[in-house]
Amino acid sequence: MTLMHDDPRTASRAEEATPPAVETMTMAAALNRALADAIAADPDVVVFGEDVGALGGVFRITDGLAARFGEDRCFDTPLAESGIVGTAVGMAMNGMRPVVEMQFDAFALPAFEQVVSHVAKLRNRTRGGIRMPLVIRIPVGGGIGGVEHHCDSSEAYYAHTPGLTVVTPSTPQDAYSMLRAAIASPDPVVFLEPKKLYWSKGEVDTSVVADLGSARIARDGTDVTVLTYGASVAVALEAAEIAAGEGRSVQVVDVRSLSPFDDATVTAAVRATGRAVVLAEAPGYASVAAEIQARVSERCFEHLEAPVRRVTGFDVPFAPPKFERWYLPDADRLLDAIDTLHWDEDERSAR
Amino acid sequence: MQEDLLPRHPPVQLIDADGVVVQDDDYALPDSDTLLRAYRGLVEGRRINDQAGALVRQGRLAVYPSSHGQEACQIGAALALGEGDWLFPTYRDSVAVIARGVPADEAMVLLKGDWHSGYDAHLRRVAPQATPLATQLLHAVGFAYAAKRRGDDTVVLALCGDGATSEGDFHEAMNFAAVFQVPVVFFVQNNEFAISVPLSRQTHAPSLAHKAIGYGMPGQRVDGNDVAAVLAVLGEAVARARAGDGPSLVEAHTYRMQAHTNADDDTRYRERAEVQEWLARDPLRRLRAHLVAEGLLDDAVEEEYAAGAERIAEDLRSALNADADLDPEDLFRFVRTERSSQLDEQWRLLRGELSRTPAAPTAGGAR
Repeated sequence: MTLMHDDPRTASRAEEATPPAVETMTMAAALNRALADAIAADPDVVVFGEDVGALGGVFRITDGLAARFGEDRCFDTPLAESGIVGTAVGMAMNGMRPVVEMQFDAFALPAFEQVVSHVAKLRNRTRGGIRMPLVIRIPVGGGIGGVEHHCDSSEAYYAHTPGLTVVTPSTPQDAYSMLRAAIASPDPVVFLEPKKLYWSKGEVDTSVVADLGSARIARDGTDVTVLTYGASVAVALEAAEIAAGEGRSVQVVDVRSLSPFDDATVTAAVRATGRAVVLAEAPGYASVAAEIQARVSERCFEHLEAPVRRVTGFDVPFAPPKFERWYLPDADRLLDAIDTLHWDEDERSAR
Repeated sequence: MQEDLLPRHPPVQLIDADGVVVQDDDYALPDSDTLLRAYRGLVEGRRINDQAGALVRQGRLAVYPSSHGQEACQIGAALALGEGDWLFPTYRDSVAVIARGVPADEAMVLLKGDWHSGYDAHLRRVAPQATPLATQLLHAVGFAYAAKRRGDDTVVLALCGDGATSEGDFHEAMNFAAVFQVPVVFFVQNNEFAISVPLSRQTHAPSLAHKAIGYGMPGQRVDGNDVAAVLAVLGEAVARARAGDGPSLVEAHTYRMQAHTNADDDTRYRERAEVQEWLARDPLRRLRAHLVAEGLLDDAVEEEYAAGAERIAEDLRSALNADADLDPEDLFRFVRTERSSQLDEQWRLLRGELSRTPAAPTAGGAR
């Protein structure tokens, strides 16, 4: 099978394309850099979608790629998401590594059948004979004042589908390294980009190679573990800072990989603190947050001082821009949840 | 110029229902060798269809969507392609899949229930048979895009039925193919029914081939029970794609002689008289009449073809009557390249259950 590539060679060739460097940049720039380096490193990588060519994408993630690498490597398609993902499936079958952009989370839904019925299943259907090295990039989440259909959190749909790797970065470094790893992966990756963080800045070392299935300790702490991902990581860090001022040490784990899930890191973290809150902005019912809560409860029960709580978006359609501040879980709501974790008994037993 | 994109009326026919050659200004009758090869394919295809139907009744196949009556489309599709070309079939295209070189027992794995697909797609240049309608048309377009980009002269033939033309993916595939001018041929087998729903409920267009002009590609209609015409029209479409002149759409007019599957009851939605009418247009009968009249087919050749078809049927019977050695760990083996810790845990759970059940197959032992 000469058409298949299962080694992460794009990552190993990164050095050839761009010398390793540490630079401060926005998440948007880090994603752009990852795409550029992947295109430069591997002739089979192509980037396509709606408005990704001359415009550089509505969020400018593909800015300059078409001009730099040519229409052959980064191009606009007809406005049809199922068509984009469906043709990417055929390209992947024929040896290419397509990286497609869905313009907004809700606008990825026309492609859902292709994602669930083919992207996720073709490898299994053919006992590994057909591989799907393709990446579906989807801007997700709210916090940007977007109107209806522009701020949804759709991760549960993808995470529920066996065969998909579903990841979401919360720092420019992870945005770069995880996108490179996603493109190098022999399996399909749904890459969820938190819109609210596109303009957040951080250091990026382009020589860092990410392990896609792993969680990251975003802040050390000893009293309680907050398990979160995407744009909510910033909320958790803000809450941890406030809590520190009140004498409570909050650990923040950025789970990063929604599927597969890094049970080992998460379980070890929660067993060490004995308390956990899951934070995510998607509606909580049948959500990724619910799954994390269940897993942690099952695996850490004997180590827990209190029930595992979750703080999520309400079970309502995503809020209109002027209602967003009431909908989105913020540091206060998270701190309130942390306050309920049976601290009094702790204090009583300490006396 | 734009009129060139419209299909002919009536559909292209080179051999009529009685086996008489119809002169055509645009399409030449395939040569005798090709017609004999096609006839042999039709005989084998019919036998496979009927054998598979019997195996369903015997409980050896879970289900079989038969192409009985559509064999000219199946064999025409398989023979129109060159060695390096690719076929993107549906669940009703098992005969075409087998005619492209996939062993019959491997083609039946999906329907037998031993796995979701049973053949090596890359080895046979046949994509897995698609069950969700029209989705495979987009895969064909993407596959053809990659071939064009690489400079291969591969042509991709994508199959679907009349019902699938109502799906959004049909539209998106036509449009992408035309915009990017990829080497793909869309071949619609219009067999008049999508399970129970007749063509009149799928479209108000003059024909399905008329849809092509809306995408700026040529559309053509062909008598789908005339394998000579199917070969001529598909042959031209494939040559056009290979020459870099872009995609096209071919609609074959044929008829699903049997119910959708064994689970369907077609007496609820169509008259027997209509089925009888189509019997007279049978693809085997007419080609046989032509070949006999031309002195190309005698009893000896016919017996040879029948015996060959019977051997395929026998192989199919013995393969499907044997129970495959199933390995429960296969459930977890192919989901992703690297097995996740979650799937490891779940396999351990199942393995533990199996080890406590004496009658169950030994875990991991069957490969």
